[in-house]
Amino acid sequence: MSELQAAQKAAAGIRLSFAEARELYETADLLDLAVWARQAKERKSGRDVYYNVNRQINLSNICTAGCPLCAFSCTSEARQAFVLELEDVRRMIEQTAATTKGLSEIHMVSALHPEKDFTYYIDIVRLVKELLPQVHLKAFTPVEIVHFSEISGLSIEQVLRTLQAAGLDSLPGGGAEILDDEVRKVICPHKASSAQWIETMKTAHRLGILTNATMMYGHVESIEQRLRHLFTLRDIQDETGGFQAYVAFPFHPDNTKLSDLPKTGSWEDLRMIALSRLILDNFDHIKAFWIMLTQPIAQLSLAFGADDLDGTVEEEKIIHAAGAKTKTRISKEDIEAMICESGYTPVQRDTFYRPVESAQLEKMEVGKNVK
Amino acid sequence: MLSEKEGLELLQREDILALGQAANALRQKIHPGREVTFIVDRNINYSNVCVNECRFCAFFRPKGHKDAYVLPLPAILDKIQETVDAGGTQVMIQGGLHPELDLDYYLTMLRAIKKRFVISIHSFTATEILYFARQAGRSVRDTLLLLQDAGLDSLPGGGAEILVDRVRKQVSPKKIMTDDWLYVMECAHSIGMETTATMVIGLGETMAERIEHMERIRALQEKTGGFRAFITWSYQPGNTQLGGQTTSSWDYLRTLALSRLYMENVQHIQGSWVTQGERIGQMTLAFGADDLGSIMLEENVVRAAGTSYEMSIDKMVQTIEGSGFKAAQRDTKYKVIRRF
Repeated sequence: MSELQAAQKAAAGIRLSFAEARELYETADLLDLAVWARQAKERKSGRDVYYNVNRQINLSNICTAGCPLCAFSCTSEARQAFVLELEDVRRMIEQTAATTKGLSEIHMVSALHPEKDFTYYIDIVRLVKELLPQVHLKAFTPVEIVHFSEISGLSIEQVLRTLQAAGLDSLPGGGAEILDDEVRKVICPHKASSAQWIETMKTAHRLGILTNATMMYGHVESIEQRLRHLFTLRDIQDETGGFQAYVAFPFHPDNTKLSDLPKTGSWEDLRMIALSRLILDNFDHIKAFWIMLTQPIAQLSLAFGADDLDGTVEEEKIIHAAGAKTKTRISKEDIEAMICESGYTPVQRDTFYRPVESAQLEKMEVGKNVK
Repeated sequence: MLSEKEGLELLQREDILALGQAANALRQKIHPGREVTFIVDRNINYSNVCVNECRFCAFFRPKGHKDAYVLPLPAILDKIQETVDAGGTQVMIQGGLHPELDLDYYLTMLRAIKKRFVISIHSFTATEILYFARQAGRSVRDTLLLLQDAGLDSLPGGGAEILVDRVRKQVSPKKIMTDDWLYVMECAHSIGMETTATMVIGLGETMAERIEHMERIRALQEKTGGFRAFITWSYQPGNTQLGGQTTSSWDYLRTLALSRLYMENVQHIQGSWVTQGERIGQMTLAFGADDLGSIMLEENVVRAAGTSYEMSIDKMVQTIEGSGFKAAQRDTKYKVIRRF
């Protein structure tokens, strides 16, 4: 009886309770979940599926947090240690601008570097915006923002205001992992707590800085904790409305301190995408990150409620350090072909999910903003 | 049963989830338990010398080529010993069409294996059988009877590619044509030798040609009932003369679901993790597959085309259980021999 109710609600697009979500996770047929999630997607974004042309930049891998879940971070003595100085970033941006037609976003996430001070990050933001004023800068997870607050003595709000004034446009949603401190104790004991992550997001939203939200699942968390995480995100969104998209990250264990854990299967990944689309009824977009899911599963996720394939990426270090076998870039044509085959319409978007018109593309054209 | 027209309509236009749901419902009806099977076997490619030179194949070498090889019998027996030691119950011996090996070579091989091992010999595709027969100047039926007597248990379904001569002439002009392939299968079934059937998609065939392929298999199955399973593979373009792109997993899953729906008279539909990877392999279980084939202790042919996925019994069991099914190891006849 109650299962029928949960299913009926899912089918009708009625808000799910925690118990109902749990019931769907445990009992619903995978393709039934997909059908309901896809209906929910179509209520939000119709036949459109989004992607953007972006470039990922990691400023450094030298990190004081030393999270067991991470295969990317290292100490400054490690052979693979690197830090990009302003001149390195300048070169990288100029090169990207010259080779990436229609670039609309720089996505920058890094490490908690032991020596770089807050000024360094402000300078980086200024530099990126000076070189590419029309390109959106999405940078720094709440974990980094909390770190900036600690090293500068400024409040989270002051840090965000400072970065906003320097040109920061939005925040990515990373570092959320599972918003449960019991889990964080095991997978990332030395980085921002659940409360700090939530506070940073709410503050950003209040300042008009939109963000994404993520979940990294498939490690030590229980299904209960995983679903709670989604309900926490839904509650924040009810309050602020500042999340643009939700992105699920299946945990990649290779080369991490949790490498004996098995990787999640595609079945579980698609079930979570469908379920998140059903639970997060106040999120406009569900993103399927092809780097983590693999391209075939990312494409399939378009039938399971996802409406965004993220971007062309160009470079990716963090997930590949953890054993991802996917490519680090994909062409615009390939993304569009994946979307078209699914029967949906590809829409190249900017970070705010506005279609990028060809006129705008002209303006952003190769090197025009670079001296 | 679906008509060809209905099949084509579904393959071209039906929604992917609707196809999956219908295929899944039919699988559930045919296999009411929540069991998904796999087999532990080894592919032994006794030779890569082949006179056919198919354009989609990355494995063959002409005779005299520096990489050309023929495995000596002791090497084959060693591989089978390893297979038995690893819990394997089947060997799939396949090679090329070697111009100098005669029927006696194969009969000797089979007898030597059966003398030493209790193992199913699921070996030689229709293409090889026809070639053996021609080389020996015997009928296909007589050749099969001799092989059966020497120990051959069943035939794998390879070499079918697309059972439409227009496509075959383009991708494998020297290989046996449709009627010959079906004729070998019919002869095998007539002497009580069961087989599987395969289809390779992405060779430049049309959707209608895929349906034609399924129709030929379904029609023969109505007559003989000798096909145990149907397996769809996707063409692997790496290192082949034909080149090109592999078809998408989206297309693969749609086609797999349709194969379940179209061939109601074939009991087992196998999902191919070997050509699709374990992530899509797992998803085939939502789209009508009830079997994930073999963990394949050795697969030279697919590896030559640049696709190499590794599978172990543990990983296979995890893959099956991760989708809510119960994993079971089967033998060649699809009888369950071990549950997990």
